[in-house]
Order: sequence, then C-alpha cells, then structure tokens
Amino acid sequence: MIRFFKKKRYPEFWSTHIEKVQNSQKYANFEDIRFVALDTETTGFDYENDRILCIGAVAIKNNKILVSDSFEIYIKQAIFNKETVKIHGIRKDGNEIKLSEEEAIIKFIDYLDDAVIVAHHTAFDVTMINQALNRLNVGPLESKLLDTNYIHKKIAKTDTYKKIFSLEELCEIYNVKMHDRHTALGDALITAYLFLKQTAKYKKNNPLNLFDLINTNYHLLK
Amino acid sequence: MKNTIAERIYDFLKNFPPFDVLEKDQLFKIASNVKVTYVEKDNFVFKQEDNPHEYFYVVKDGAIGLYRNMDNEQILVDICDEGDIFGLRPLIQNDLYLMSAKASEESVLYAVSVEILKEIIETNHKVKKFLIASFSSNIKTPYAKGTNGQLFANIEMLQTSNSSFTEIQSAEFSKNPVTTLKTSTIKEAAKIMSEKRVGSILIVENKNPIGIITDKDLRSKIATGLVSIDESVTAIMSSPVKTFKQKITVAEAQIAMIKNKITHLCITKDGTNKTELIGVLSEHDIVVLHGNNPSLLIKKVSRAKDVNSLKYIREKASNLLQGYMEQNIPITFISKIISEINEAITIKAIELSLEEMDKQPPVKFGWLALGSQGRKEQLLMTDQDNALVFEDVSPEKYQPTKQYFLQLAKKVTEKLNDVGFEYCPADMMASNPKWCLSLSEWKNQFDSWIKTPTEDAMMMCTIFFDFDLVFGDKKLVNEMSDSIFKSIESFEIFLNFLGRNALRNPPPIGFFRQFLVENNGEHKDQFDIKSRALMPLVDAARLLILSHHIKDKNNTISRFKKLAKAEPKNEDLYLSCVDSFKILLQFRTQQGLTNNDSGRYVDLNKLSKSEKLSLKGCFKPIKDVQDLLNIRYNLAQMM
Repeated sequence: MIRFFKKKRYPEFWSTHIEKVQNSQKYANFEDIRFVALDTETTGFDYENDRILCIGAVAIKNNKILVSDSFEIYIKQAIFNKETVKIHGIRKDGNEIKLSEEEAIIKFIDYLDDAVIVAHHTAFDVTMINQALNRLNVGPLESKLLDTNYIHKKIAKTDTYKKIFSLEELCEIYNVKMHDRHTALGDALITAYLFLKQTAKYKKNNPLNLFDLINTNYHLLK
Repeated sequence: MKNTIAERIYDFLKNFPPFDVLEKDQLFKIASNVKVTYVEKDNFVFKQEDNPHEYFYVVKDGAIGLYRNMDNEQILVDICDEGDIFGLRPLIQNDLYLMSAKASEESVLYAVSVEILKEIIETNHKVKKFLIASFSSNIKTPYAKGTNGQLFANIEMLQTSNSSFTEIQSAEFSKNPVTTLKTSTIKEAAKIMSEKRVGSILIVENKNPIGIITDKDLRSKIATGLVSIDESVTAIMSSPVKTFKQKITVAEAQIAMIKNKITHLCITKDGTNKTELIGVLSEHDIVVLHGNNPSLLIKKVSRAKDVNSLKYIREKASNLLQGYMEQNIPITFISKIISEINEAITIKAIELSLEEMDKQPPVKFGWLALGSQGRKEQLLMTDQDNALVFEDVSPEKYQPTKQYFLQLAKKVTEKLNDVGFEYCPADMMASNPKWCLSLSEWKNQFDSWIKTPTEDAMMMCTIFFDFDLVFGDKKLVNEMSDSIFKSIESFEIFLNFLGRNALRNPPPIGFFRQFLVENNGEHKDQFDIKSRALMPLVDAARLLILSHHIKDKNNTISRFKKLAKAEPKNEDLYLSCVDSFKILLQFRTQQGLTNNDSGRYVDLNKLSKSEKLSLKGCFKPIKDVQDLLNIRYNLAQMM
C-alpha cells in the first residue's frame, strides 16, 4: 500500500521516466539502443553544497552521433563559486538563457527518455543530477549507466585496475581531438567520440552487447 | 536552444565547397542534422554496388580511399581528405555506389542527409552549378584522375564566365539521322550504317524513336556470335532511347551521357519519345563541336587585317582554353590546339610586318620560337622568346641585311606585344642584335656554348636548343640542328654538363615528404611548379633526346614517348614521365587560369589534400629520371 501511495505522489515526468526505462524494448539489440553522452558543469565537487550550472548531452545510435538529437541547458543557481568560473566560464549573470533547476531537470529527464547514459566519471555527473532530483523529491535516475573510464579498463591490455584515467588521457590514447573542453556539450561530444572508438575496439575481441558493457562498471554497479 | 556542436560543425563545413556558397541558415540546418560517425582503418563506409545510404559523407578527420573493382583488383581512384565529400553522386542519381569507400586511416565522417541537400539544390543556384561541374568533370579521360581536386576551381570558373564558352551554347546535333524500321533485320541495318558511314542507327515507328543500335552493339552482340545477324533489329537495339529537346546545351548533353552511360541522345520535337525524331547528338558531335572552334579561330587569324583582330582572337583562344580545362580534355590535345593558334598569330604578325617593310627580304630567313613556345608547351599567355636566322651573305652585305631583319623583328615583336605576348624581360627576342644572326654566326654561337660549358652557356642551350621554325626557310633550321649535333659529337662531355644542369633542381619532395617551397623573395613559401617540377622533366627529356641524336622532337611529351621506344628497358619510367608532365602542365594551366597569372607559383595552402596528393604522385618520376641521369652521366662526381 505504501508503495502504491508513494508512486501516486510522483510528478508525471518522473513516473514517465521510470516507466520508459523499465519497459524499454531496445536494450537487447545494440543497433537500437539510444545512448546519451553526458557532461555537467558544476560550481564544485561537493555533492551536498555544489550545484549544476549546465548540462550538455548528445545522442548516439547505431555508431552515429546524432547532432540533431543533442541537449544543452544552463541553470540559474543561487550558489556561486568564482574559483570554478575559471574552468567552465559560466558567469553568474552571463548572457546564456538560464532556467530554474526544476525546469532544467524536467527537460533533461524528458530528453533522456529510455537512453543509456555514457559519461566520463559517470558517478559524479549522475550523483549531481540525483541530488537535484532529490531536491524535487524524486530520484535516483533509473537509467542504465556506462563510464568511458571503465570501458577503457576492459579494453586496455595492461593492468589498470587502480588507475583512474582523465578525459585528456583517454583522448590521447584514442586520438580524439579536444575542442570546446569544459563546456558541457563539448565534453559530452568528446565522450561520444571516445565511446564510438571504444565500442569499435571492444567488439574486435568481445561480442558487443549492453549487459557485458554494463558489467565493465566495477564501481558503478547498479 | 543553443547547440555548440552544430556551431562547430558549421564552422568546419563553411570552409569547403559546396558548403561555402550556402546561405547561413541553409548551412546551419545541414550542420544541425549531421550524424557523426567513426570508421576504423581498413573498414568500409560502403562498397561498390551497395545501395546508396541516406547520406553523403564529408571527411572531418582522417582519409578515405575510393576504390573501383576492376578485374578482381581494387584500384585506388582517389583519396578524400579533410573537407572532401564523397558518396554523393549515387544519391542524387538514385544509383548504386560506383566505388567502394575504405578508411585509409581511422576517420571521423560527417554524414549529411541528402534530403536536406536536395531541398537546398532547388533554391541555391550556385550549389547546383557546383554539382553539375563536379559530375561533368568526371568524364572518363585518362587524366581526369589527376585533376579530381580541381573540381573546386571549377565553380569559380562557372561563376565568372557566364556565357562565353560552348558548354552553355546549344549543342549542334546531326539532323536527318539515319533510321530504319523495326521490321528490318540486323544485317539490313548494318548495311545502311556502313553505306551512310555512321556509327549508329535509330529504329523508328511512326517517325518516333523506339530504339538505337550502335557500332558497339554490333561488336559486342553480333561479332561475338551472341545474336544472329538475320534476326530483327529489335533483338539487339537499346530501348527505350533517351530523348531530349532541341535546345539541349553541350553541358547538359554531356551530363546526360555520363549519367545514363550512353553515347547517343535522341532529339525529338517535344523532348519525349512520343514525338517525331529530328536528330541525334553523339559524343562524337560534341568532340567535333569543340574541335570546330579552334579551326574556326585559325581561319580567322589568316583573314585578320590588323593587330586588333589578332588580339581579339587570342582572347577568344583563352576562353577556349578555359572551357577545355574544365572538361578535362586531354592536355596534349589542348596544347596542340593552343600552340597552333599561337603559331598562326605569330605567322600573321610576321606577314603583316613584311607588308610594312619597304622591300622584300634580301635573303632567305627563318623565324624561330624558343623555349616553351618552341616546345609547343605554352598554354597561357607568357612572354615571347624568339630568334631569327638568315642566310649567309658576303661581308659587305652583312650590315644592311642584318639591319633589315632587325627592323622586321622589331615590328613583329611589337605586334606580338600588342596581341598580349609581352616582351621578354631578358630580351631573348629576334629584335636583339645578339639573337638575329646569320646561319654561320648561329653555328659558331652553338659551338662556343657547347665547347665552353659555363653556367650561362648551359642556360642559353636550354633555351635555344628547343627552337621551332614558325615562319621561313626549313633548310636553314635543319642546318642549325645538324651543326649542334656535330659540335656535341666532337665534345661528348657537354652532355654531362647538360646533365648537371638538368639536376640543378632537386626532386621537389623534402625529407619528410613535404613540398619544397621557396625560401625567400616575393614567392616565399610558395611552390614553384615550373622550375621544381616541369623544368626537371623538360631538361631531362632534352638531354636524353640529344644523346640519342634525335632531331625534330622538340616537345617534351613526344621526346619522352620517343625515348620510351628508343630505350625499351626504361619504357615504364619514360611513360610515367609523360603522365607526370601532362598532369603538371594541366595543373599549372589551371592555376594560371584561376589566378590569372603564369600559374608558376602555387600557394600550397590553397590546394586541397587530393590536389597535393596528385602533385606528389607526379614527383616520383622526376626523382627516378634524375637518378637515371645521375648514374648515366656520372654526375655525382661532377657535383
């Protein structure tokens, strides 16, 4: 009963999210899966006190990055940290069109649909989003998660168990050109490139299916 | 919503044709709908005979090789590099892929929806022209391959020359085409064809064309025994025929032929196959149409009454040249025609000058073209290089005779200058007393150059040895050639000096396979295609042909062809020199036309990667022939 009650209380965007992910028929066939490469810019690295300033994402399907299916949104936040402005360049009153956190998150969840999330250090971005969802009394994200860092560890021949690779290091290894670093959509695109190259490499030695890929996430087990 | 990725793609695409001529919103629409894809090395984007994808591709990073399967072999046709597009033609023409596309290195591609492009083609005239140009320039001439990158120059030409050349004139077709009825036998049709000396016959029903038989059908279907000669024409005719309206332009006709892989177009009353046949336009007609113009021009030259009309004709010839280059007509054909026109103009200038002189020439003389003119390799308007030889006269008559010819030469060079062949800055002209000499003076001059091979003398030899008689007495010129060979025979080491001279320009590729560019001066960082690529071949051909004592071969291409016969073991090398020379000459001409200059200095930054590759491909034979000279003349020791 309590569960039923709880479910009733969910706002529509959230129940739709859960339903879509749970009922998706696409995961069995790799060509059908919509992946969303994701990156966030935040005021800092503290899950409790820092906030998301920007979400950038671009979809990948059947080995193609779909530019038309991309997402870029700036969020109005009361919290401001002038140290990280140096990195992401988003000023408190810059001229980007900014939405409230609630509006932005709802739009993002809607965009996300039943996609599988791909990010670099996915735990960070997803936790930041979950924190925002939490402030709306929903969450955490139901979506399946992948991390370019862990996919790389699976492909790499050397023992890389303890090593954490930065986005720059992976770009070096996979020969991905770095443009628009530290803009959310720019980093999302770089992540998308990495993912395309990684899956191309991965499938040389392993059959390409989503569940094996998800199993590369030692620390991201869901 | 803001879309940083689309903006980046926009910024990339806007540098490359045909995207550079799109309206801003059109290009942004394309950019926002791009699909980015990654291809690993040696993986295929598509294969020959595959059904076309929904998109064509633009190379973002990496390189894609285009291959054609021929006799189980994959032949690399082109390499597409950053900014190049490929896989477009089959989409527009609803055709299978004619080539395979394979990644030569790992590549990132932008896949562009053809639907969006089609929308844009409807409204953007420039893009349409670009596409027509790029389709029609793929005509299957042997050297089309070398100039694929030239597509990009084409669009500018199309823009600047709206109505001056033949492609957009209506095509002249053969009226009263040879026809037969569908009840005839193949034998009857073949008889009619050979009686009327035509290569094709149309099958008509109520005067409407229903099919066509060409020589090729007879060869491939009858001569091979596939079909009996007594069967009806309908057994082998191609049907239905492609029909067009009377107004078809040359360019449209060419495109239609390429598109449908046919060589004959039927012209009917209203352009459909339901009306009366009024003519046939064949590939041959198009060639004739182009061939017609130069002969017309030459006729005009001979009728010219003054310098102004010569000037006008020379300008027309430049237009003609431009049209030829665009259509990838073989460069040997082009240079022959242009040289003939130049020669006709020079002859006319001499005739006009002779009329102006008070009296007839006191003795026989010959007017010589030197250098590139002498070699018939001059396509663009360059400056004049010429000389004059006159019969030996007694010492007391020498001065007045020389004065007469100097005066004549002055008139001729003035006229040529007015026509557009500027004075030679080094004054290598017949109006210079040094180069207006009697036969024995010339013999002595050559002899002294040959026997005292200073650097200057070598320079002179390279210019004066490529002489060609334009006007006057052939005997004088033959005697000059004979004396050169005689002098060389008595002083064989001269060839080694000439060889050293031929190697003064090293192969144009540097250690890291980069182009060697000019280090200083006005043309710093530009590639000197004349002295680094063309001259080494010209010099090598001259030296080798002299060493074989072959007269009358003044043209670099014919020299190498002759050499290929004379030295069968080096045949491959010499023939590759021929190919390289043709491509380089074509390239230089194209450059000159595009930039309206001599085409000598090439700005590498303005070349596409495939143009660079095709240039680099020409350098290998240069290096090889230089190596050969090095060994043959022991030049390493002399250097």
